Amino acid sequence: MHPAPSVITFTTLSGLGFGLLFWLGIGLPAVTGWVAFTFFAIAYALAVGGLMASTFHLGHPERAIKAFSQWRSSWLSREGICAVAALVVMAAYGAGLVFFDARIAMLGWIGAALSLATVFTTSMIYAQMNTVPRWKTPLTPALLIAISLAGGALLAGQISAVLILIPIAAVLQVLWWARGDSAFAVSGTTLATATGLGDIGTVRAFEPPHTGTNYLLREMAYQVGRKHARKLRVIALALGYALPVALLLAPFSHALALVAVISHVAGILASRWLFFAEAEHVVGLYYGRR
Amino acid sequence: MTTLPKSTTRKLGLVIDLDTCVGCHACVVSCKGWNTENYGAPLSDQNPYGADPSGTFLNRVHSYEVQPLATSAMPHPAAQLIHFPKSCLHCQDAPCVTVCPTGASYKRVEDGIVLVNESDCIGCGLCAWACPYGAREMDQAEGVMKKCTLCVDRIYNENLPEIDRVPACVRTCPAGARHFGDFADPDSTVSRLTAERGGMDLMPEQGTGPVNKYLPPRPKDRLDQPKPDGEIDILAPFLTPVMEEPAGFLGWLDRALERI
Amino acid sequence: MTHQPRIDTSPHVSDEVRKTTCYMCACRCGINVHIKDGKVAYIEGNRDHPVNRGVLCAKGSAGIMQVNAPSRLRAPLKRVGPRGSGEFEEISWDEALQIATDWLAPIRRNDPSKLAFFTGRDQSQSFTSFWAQNFGTPNYAAHGGFCSVNMAAAGIYTMGGAFWEFGQPDWEHTKLFMLFGVAEDHDSNPIKMGIGRIKARGARVIGVNPIRSGYNAVADDWVGITPGTDGLFILSLIHELMRAGKIDLDYLARYTNAPVLVNADSASSEHGLFLRDTEGKPLVIDRNTGRPTAFDKPGVRPDLNATHEADGITHRPVMHLMAERYLDPQYAPEAVAGRCGITPDKIRRIAAEIARVAFDEAITLDREWTDFRGETHKTMTGRPVSFHAMRGISAHSNGFQTCRALHVLQILLGTVEVPGGFRFKPPYPKPAHAHPTPHCHSRPDSPLDGPHLGFVRGPEDLALREDGSPARIDKAFTWENPMSSHGLMHMVISNAHAGDPYRIDTLFLYMANMSWNSSMNTRGVIEMLTDTDQNGDYVIPRIIYSDAYSSEMVAYADLILPDTTYLERHDCISLLDRPICEAEAAADAIRWPVIEPDRDVRGFQTVLIQLANKLKLPGFTDADGGAKYIDYADYIVNHERKPGIGPLAGFRGDGSEVGRGEPNPGQLDRYIENGGFFVSHIPDAAQYYKPWNTAYQDWAVGMGIYDAPQPYVFDLYVEPMRRFQLAAEGHGERQPPDHLRDRIRRTLDPLPIWYPPFEDDSIDTDEFPVHALTQRPMAMYHSWGTQNAWLRQIHGQNPLYLPTKLWRQHGFAEGDWARVTSAHGEITVPVAHMAALNENTVWTWNAIGKRKGAWALSNDAPEVTRGFLLNHLIHELLPPRGDGLRWSNSDPVTGQAAWFDLRVRIEKAPAPKESQPTFAPFKSPVGQGPDHLEWKVGK
Repeated sequence: MHPAPSVITFTTLSGLGFGLLFWLGIGLPAVTGWVAFTFFAIAYALAVGGLMASTFHLGHPERAIKAFSQWRSSWLSREGICAVAALVVMAAYGAGLVFFDARIAMLGWIGAALSLATVFTTSMIYAQMNTVPRWKTPLTPALLIAISLAGGALLAGQISAVLILIPIAAVLQVLWWARGDSAFAVSGTTLATATGLGDIGTVRAFEPPHTGTNYLLREMAYQVGRKHARKLRVIALALGYALPVALLLAPFSHALALVAVISHVAGILASRWLFFAEAEHVVGLYYGRR
Repeated sequence: MTTLPKSTTRKLGLVIDLDTCVGCHACVVSCKGWNTENYGAPLSDQNPYGADPSGTFLNRVHSYEVQPLATSAMPHPAAQLIHFPKSCLHCQDAPCVTVCPTGASYKRVEDGIVLVNESDCIGCGLCAWACPYGAREMDQAEGVMKKCTLCVDRIYNENLPEIDRVPACVRTCPAGARHFGDFADPDSTVSRLTAERGGMDLMPEQGTGPVNKYLPPRPKDRLDQPKPDGEIDILAPFLTPVMEEPAGFLGWLDRALERI
Repeated sequence: MTHQPRIDTSPHVSDEVRKTTCYMCACRCGINVHIKDGKVAYIEGNRDHPVNRGVLCAKGSAGIMQVNAPSRLRAPLKRVGPRGSGEFEEISWDEALQIATDWLAPIRRNDPSKLAFFTGRDQSQSFTSFWAQNFGTPNYAAHGGFCSVNMAAAGIYTMGGAFWEFGQPDWEHTKLFMLFGVAEDHDSNPIKMGIGRIKARGARVIGVNPIRSGYNAVADDWVGITPGTDGLFILSLIHELMRAGKIDLDYLARYTNAPVLVNADSASSEHGLFLRDTEGKPLVIDRNTGRPTAFDKPGVRPDLNATHEADGITHRPVMHLMAERYLDPQYAPEAVAGRCGITPDKIRRIAAEIARVAFDEAITLDREWTDFRGETHKTMTGRPVSFHAMRGISAHSNGFQTCRALHVLQILLGTVEVPGGFRFKPPYPKPAHAHPTPHCHSRPDSPLDGPHLGFVRGPEDLALREDGSPARIDKAFTWENPMSSHGLMHMVISNAHAGDPYRIDTLFLYMANMSWNSSMNTRGVIEMLTDTDQNGDYVIPRIIYSDAYSSEMVAYADLILPDTTYLERHDCISLLDRPICEAEAAADAIRWPVIEPDRDVRGFQTVLIQLANKLKLPGFTDADGGAKYIDYADYIVNHERKPGIGPLAGFRGDGSEVGRGEPNPGQLDRYIENGGFFVSHIPDAAQYYKPWNTAYQDWAVGMGIYDAPQPYVFDLYVEPMRRFQLAAEGHGERQPPDHLRDRIRRTLDPLPIWYPPFEDDSIDTDEFPVHALTQRPMAMYHSWGTQNAWLRQIHGQNPLYLPTKLWRQHGFAEGDWARVTSAHGEITVPVAHMAALNENTVWTWNAIGKRKGAWALSNDAPEVTRGFLLNHLIHELLPPRGDGLRWSNSDPVTGQAAWFDLRVRIEKAPAPKESQPTFAPFKSPVGQGPDHLEWKVGK
């Protein structure tokens, strides 16, 4: 799949933002006033910024309102609804903390749940795709939620949670990669099933239907070199998971914590780039891309 | 409306005959022509006279080479080339429809055609991701998803003569490799062809329940099959020599002429 | 839940449907042009049209992009930079016509042969040849010489017609269809429709083609033959069939010259010629009387086996000569298998399958008919094996004999003009002797003495001057290629540049991309077009060119006469020309301006009439010096070739007359009302056995196709070829030059033979072991596809396809490039793997590669950077033999360009920046196309 910067940015940032909102919702840290305002501003900047980024790849962002209508079947629609609901509820909850110094715990719990649900719905957009075997696994929501919670904890300063969650996320990440590398083969979709010609013999794509490119090739037949991918995985693991943990195990300082956050975000961006770039869509088979 | 209808009254779709398609791309271009001028936005082309021309097409013809496995009877089977037209299969369980966040994508209750309501489409591209067949292409100029409409603006069009109320690709196919009809009717041409010729689904494991069926190529290169051991080559008697020498031929000629 | 958008399922389709004829290739299908707001909105096939019955190919449907292509020329152009620079200035039509007249008038006054007028994808040859004839130059032909004359001439000499526009398989009844030759072309939609009909019935297709693409991909059996050996394979099939007695003796005795008596005395000056009666009719032995009798005498029963002594000379029937020739073990499957690349077993099985279907599955139609000898037959017997061939088998230096062999095979099986076999389309059958002979006598200020092209009967018909030198610039109808019925367009520039046989003043070309894909040796031709003499003048002094588009050739002309697109013009697809008839019906058609040009362009035929009027050419000028025709439409309606016979057969006289009749001023309107075409059905009893069927002959006379019934028998043995051999053996007055005697003796055999392609003899085949072929893709066949925004997305670049053996041998991988070298040149191009390919053959799509500056494409278009031509590897001459002579790379019988004789070697090469060779860009006379299209006219 084409690693579109808008979608990578969106999923990374909004995951982080909603992760932070989760922690704020359950009152960790229990902040009020200006401190709360700062935390909430960061969370909203990330979550809303991510959502805004996601509209950059839309053909018609002005019609985005229509996307709330299909919650019965569409994970993207559900994501939109959850996101808005989470943001509205958390806004009310945050307003209480910032302006009235009042913590309406119930509202916080609901907001936290909605934030988590938003990350879950986002992940399900990918996890539901039969067409992308690498994504089609419960590990996908597990991984994205783990990353979101870990990143949120990092921003929320929940060091002990971070030290638990980041290793969990790292393990999930490795599992996700390991499973993903064989997912396409395991899925059973091959050029033979794609063409129905497998009974005759070995099928090979001959002439493409067009000598130039098209939307499908640009969007879904992205190819990333194996070496390049391996390098990026190491970077993602190191920056996204190992380094932040190492930094947090060191005596605490704000500077180190900031470095940990930056390192984590950079690592997750690399991981997210791979999330798309390495994902092979079955349509590539028709073009002989596997 | 992105939930799928439980069932549709009719199941309109295509049968594509892989034994007959010669790969001429007629269907590709007639589709481009009709759908540029008709349903929704025109199918645009970017860089049409430049280095990297790329346009929206709703139907494309791939080609595949198939190498049969060598057997002791056929140690060197000839490779085969199969032309493979591909457009929307109007799946019964269309994943492209259910993922749509706006309801722009829908499957029609009356005939099962999967359509995009362009005025509702936000161009998120998720439906194209969900489709295993590459049936949907985002139009770069209009920013909406385009796909085969089964020429919904032809098949019921009262401004067209009745005989022309078929998809443009079917009407134009010179080899007659494309058939249009109602799969819900067991007596329709498409149903009968599917039954007689073993019409198959593409990627059945994806669980999409494609309505369009593909007729597999008939067995090829039978003349290369060596005669089974111990059996008589059924063609051999046709070449029994009538003589051994050219002179014998003339004798045969005389005898044969007598019989005329 | 049931909410679903309401959509309009009956939208307005168009304001009007205008029915005309497609021009994207040689098929000439009927099209419905849907018009919205006066613009072309959509093009589809015309269901009523006899050629395509509603279907339409990719090119036809893409017509809208052709009509609106940015590469369309916009106004007459005068060259202002050097040739090849692309620098022009736009001028008025008055000025353009005056320039042309100023060039042409002195030529005509002094020596009309100084004009060479050749047309490429011309569909108005009966008109353009009429113009050239009235101008008086002998130098006229269309593109048949570099395309397919071997097939056409072999068919006409053998049986009065070939495939393509001459005839077609009986799709309705055939049970086994055998398709020969590379190139997915003639005639594109009818073949696809026919194959579809066969497939729907479950009948079988055998494809004989080194490349298993297109039609061969759907063939039930594929014969991946080695290029240039089709003739040998066919003769081996004939060997097997004759040996098994699986030939139709009754058919051969009645309808062919198999029983005709041939002089068998090798000392005689008439050795090999037919025994004839005083009226000149070939004689056969009548089995009723045992005596020599005219072949067509009522009641005669020709004997295939009887010899005859006359004046001490033995005469033997053609059948004897054939038995002697083809029963020879040299044609046994084992003997040919290695060269053909087909196992002996497979050859035998194919022969057996043909025999089985022809004789065991014979079909009988209950239709009574009467033959030319007066015998009435209650039924029509069919041998349901049919054949068709693409140009692949004809584009070799042994192509004529190969095509002859194929026609002879059909005849031996008795499957021509019978149910289930091959059927002629009117005005065919028309044997060689019913065609004119060539004419070449040119005099100042006079028309030519007759039509340029024709069918020679013997040396007396060659186009030679008094001194024996060629009369034509292309050397057609000379000892080098005596039966060159379509001329040799591919030799015109080369000969004109060499001054061999003479120099010309003006080269006038129409729709022929001679500085690019339509020439062998492209770079050489470019040099010839731009070469100057010691005075700095161009060796070919003047070039006039007409085309609708900014092709590569435009850049090399001095004066450009911009043509219209096909939807902006009048045309007629005439029975006098390359017709569009079906086996069941005669048909012709028109084009008419369904839209008006938005540029200052004129239909080329109208421009020729305007030039003829300025030059006051006879034939275009009436008795008092006035113009007979104001434009092409006027000519189409009012021209009469013979009294009552004009370009169009329909709606003549008062509108009800067919074939013959006075010109009808309302004729074009009647065609338009009728959908742009006219059809006249052949009566049922006349549908088969046309050359011998009195009902057909009478119908054809009524249609004006013949002036009187002219039944004939098929020429298994082509006597005119024997006449050339006799000359080469020293008989007769007109004698070939010594250096050609041997070749004529060897190659102009009156019975089909096979010999290796000439290139094999003139190069080291170990050094160049690989055959290299090209074909046009179906989506661009015969069309000007590259400037078409839709089609070029399908074929915007072309790899060289390599078979598995070569792919592995050289260790190629996807994305690799190869250097391809021939005896003549070298190219470096991208490669791709194809398993379904003859193991010693490489191929590519032809004419995808383009020159920078042409077709309104950008200079980095894939056609330029990755596309390529094989033409750079092919020379119009064979490698020099040290005798100082220019031996053309052509068939020695017809002169057809031997494109497919090409041999190469392949090496892996580092990827260059662009396909090699590269050419400097020229300035586009039309600029460059837009960077996006959203083409909807009815918004």
